[in-house]
Amino acid sequence: MGPAEAAAFGPQLVAILAQFEALTAVDVEGVEPMTTASAGENVLRADAPAPSLHVDLALANAPARVDDFYRVPKTVGGEE
Amino acid sequence: MSGAPIEDAVALAGRAARGELSARQAAEAALERVDCLDRRLNVFLAVDREGALRRADELDARRASGHASGPLHGVPIALKANMCLEGVESNCASKILAGYRAPYTATFVQRLLDAGANPIGMTNMDEFAMGSSSENSAFGPTRNPWDETRTPGGSSSGSAVAVAAGIVPIALGSDTGGSVRQPAALCGIHGFKPTYGRISRYGLIAFGSSLDQVSPFARTVRDLELVTHVMSGTDVRDSTCLDEPQLNLEDGDVRGLRVGVPKEYFPDSLPRDVRAACDAALATLERLGAVLVPVSLPHSRHAIPTYYVVATAEASSNLARFDGVRYGTRSEGSGSLQSMYAATREAGFGPEVKRRILLGTYVLSAGYYDAWYGRALKVRALLRRDFETAFEDVDVVVGPTSPEAAFRLGEKSNDPVAMYLSDVLTVPVSLAGIPAISVPCGFVTVDGKRLPVGLQIAGPSRADARVLRVARAFEAATDFARELPPIHAGGVA
Repeated sequence: MGPAEAAAFGPQLVAILAQFEALTAVDVEGVEPMTTASAGENVLRADAPAPSLHVDLALANAPARVDDFYRVPKTVGGEE
Repeated sequence: MSGAPIEDAVALAGRAARGELSARQAAEAALERVDCLDRRLNVFLAVDREGALRRADELDARRASGHASGPLHGVPIALKANMCLEGVESNCASKILAGYRAPYTATFVQRLLDAGANPIGMTNMDEFAMGSSSENSAFGPTRNPWDETRTPGGSSSGSAVAVAAGIVPIALGSDTGGSVRQPAALCGIHGFKPTYGRISRYGLIAFGSSLDQVSPFARTVRDLELVTHVMSGTDVRDSTCLDEPQLNLEDGDVRGLRVGVPKEYFPDSLPRDVRAACDAALATLERLGAVLVPVSLPHSRHAIPTYYVVATAEASSNLARFDGVRYGTRSEGSGSLQSMYAATREAGFGPEVKRRILLGTYVLSAGYYDAWYGRALKVRALLRRDFETAFEDVDVVVGPTSPEAAFRLGEKSNDPVAMYLSDVLTVPVSLAGIPAISVPCGFVTVDGKRLPVGLQIAGPSRADARVLRVARAFEAATDFARELPPIHAGGVA
């Protein structure tokens, strides 16, 4: 983000984190974390091969492609 | 107020199935209503005119060749712009996904198509479903048909207005922290969030995966029941989908029903007129034979910080995929892969999405994880336990959906904390994963304009049919859901 955005976010994030701070006062001793909202067991399909998206359809939204691949800037060398 | 009667989906599908109305006529009429109202209210981000007419012709051809009609035969519907319909642009109201056309159709959309429904377009929303007013859309806010200077609520803003303004009888939203119930309340229609997992999330672009739930809007409860029934059921593509058949609807009234009234949902800060509307609604339920029981949900005051820790954590993880490689808009940066990622996300995301990614990354970061995210999951368990304890004594829990009627566009847009507080009555239900509906329960008058108020009815996990039964009894006893806004397809003021 740019400097103007960073400057605006600073006090906003401080205010939001101040709200989060209230959680530190809650007594959670012995409470198990709620790691899923699911009301039942996970339902899994049979482990069998099934058709998947055709490569042309999968690549149709790519900003840049070469043949059957996504094209990205070079990952070796460069500025970082 | 315009007086044109509005036909619900059940009635429209019935006429279409009997041949009194073709699917083509129904689609053309809906598209005309879009032309009439969309510029004024900014409801749609993409209108699939060609697809809607093609599907309508196919439905008519199938009927002509003797095929049985589905329960939603020919019914025009609207989808939120975070839902996938193959070939149609679904951009989540974000610049980063501008031009993205879904390569497949969501399970719940396919089930609606199989039942004969006809999507006419994708509706405006807060960017990536983050917001309560539509002001976080990259494509301008949607306007409330009761007062154009006010928000319709959010994040499923366009879908709420598509129904409230009479463009379609049914529209889908997604409810993560109240994104269907709150706009339903602010627009004077019904909005139903089913139990988490009732409807497959395959094809819903993820925001907070442990909270997201596809949720419909409609003017009538019977339409909500029908569309929920059609979309429900297991899906091999979503393992969190409940292993349960479609919704079994309940007949009957509310005599003897024990209605919990949590004191935490009626704080002193609740505006007097909103409280009066809710009190009158409680009196109506009592008159219908329900028994009002005071209950307490003591951890409710921790729901907002808990929600914003959990939801931002999940969002920061889900939104990592938008990097300019596989879809959406790419900004090249200065030539390296890293700078392309940074430039793409800098240019593509709006401020609220950036704030939430920063917060989510922070609460998940090494050294802070236990203090924030880990602790929030424990408080979430306490919030769920509050409801479980209450439901040992009562059948449903009832209170206002929103702490206020529709606020002015711009009123809170520079104050994220104030905006987050508009979700204070809906997020506890979301965190607990239980079903809840917002029903129109009255009006307040602000600056000479009538603005709707909504009542939230929540039930235990999987008790979706009970929640809908209570809503149906309330709807039958009152006229609030039949009152139309000044800007309506039946006669624009």
